Amino acid sequence: MNFSWMAWTLPTALFFITIALLLVGMAVWEYVSPGGNPRVGILRFETTRGDRLFVSLLGSAFIHLAWLGLGGPNLWWALALSVVYAIGVFRYV
Amino acid sequence: MEKTWNNKAWFMVLPVLVLVAFSAVIPLMTVVNYSVQDTFGNNEFFWAGTDWYVDVLTSDRFWDALTRNLVFSAIILAIEIPLGIIIALNMPKKGLGVPVCLVLMALPLLIPWNVVGTIWQVFGRVDIGLLGHTLEAIGINYNYVQNPIDAWVTLIVMDVWHWTSLVVLLCYAGLVSIPDAYYQAAKIDGASRWSVFRYIQLPKMKRVLLIAFLLRFMDSFMIYTEPFVVTGGGPGNSTTFLSIDLVKMAIGQFDLGPAAALSIIYFLIILLLSWIFYTVMTTSDAQS
Repeated sequence: MNFSWMAWTLPTALFFITIALLLVGMAVWEYVSPGGNPRVGILRFETTRGDRLFVSLLGSAFIHLAWLGLGGPNLWWALALSVVYAIGVFRYV
Repeated sequence: MEKTWNNKAWFMVLPVLVLVAFSAVIPLMTVVNYSVQDTFGNNEFFWAGTDWYVDVLTSDRFWDALTRNLVFSAIILAIEIPLGIIIALNMPKKGLGVPVCLVLMALPLLIPWNVVGTIWQVFGRVDIGLLGHTLEAIGINYNYVQNPIDAWVTLIVMDVWHWTSLVVLLCYAGLVSIPDAYYQAAKIDGASRWSVFRYIQLPKMKRVLLIAFLLRFMDSFMIYTEPFVVTGGGPGNSTTFLSIDLVKMAIGQFDLGPAAALSIIYFLIILLLSWIFYTVMTTSDAQS
């Protein structure tokens, strides 16, 4: 099967593999500890760990966009900031 | 009752997974791939990294279109939600008037977007359109082809005409679900018309209003067909919303890389706003 029309590159493939691995990891986590660990955090509404992953990924996307718009094309600091943000979300949201 | 565990149930969700994969996931992955490359056709691509994202995010063209989108949505919501509530409050609750009003309200919703655009494009024309010709005849200088304010007014009036019915129908459904006992109790207490609305009708409509708000915001933020048919994004760029700009970029200029980057940014904005509204709706439901 020819997928050249999808214009794959190694960086984008790695990006989607990372996303897929995160989802597989969440599925394994759910299998080991069912129920999604719902709790009310600093946003004052209930979130499961799936919600927290979604908020982390969406927030990280905007951190990267803000970095591109304000800082320039080097995204390593944006990535580091996103990891810190995601840890914060999983810890406090 | 004890739950049974049967792995064959996974086959039941397989069709929807395949559907979502082909209609959303694979196209989205392709757009992400396009957004970091440049192409001149013939299926040949050249790595561009994040250049297109920087180009889009630092361009006035993007921010102007986004501002137009937000202003348009804000105006639409500020008109359609109160107007929808007022019309729903004044619709008959029983008798022959109910089906007549419901059918009249449903009519604009049944008309396809491009037909609505064509109707208003002709309706507003100064030479042959009833609206444009009448306004000119009574001395109002109206020309949506040349004047940006006239173009905006035409688009807003057209959207209000097309979609206020949706808000009306949702509010009406909320209103008719209120039991008579509430109104009888209010009458015994001598409550004013405003108090009945503020403390009985409005709280009971809260849920449907949130749905109406969400639907109208999403639709108006993604609007494409009607402004494309009526103004084509003009005069100048005065009615060029993000969706129109995206099509111009991708199909008009064949700038697939920047268009893909703009698509991803547009998608993320809509995803964020949808999540905020969804969270507000579900949190509000849980609290009530």
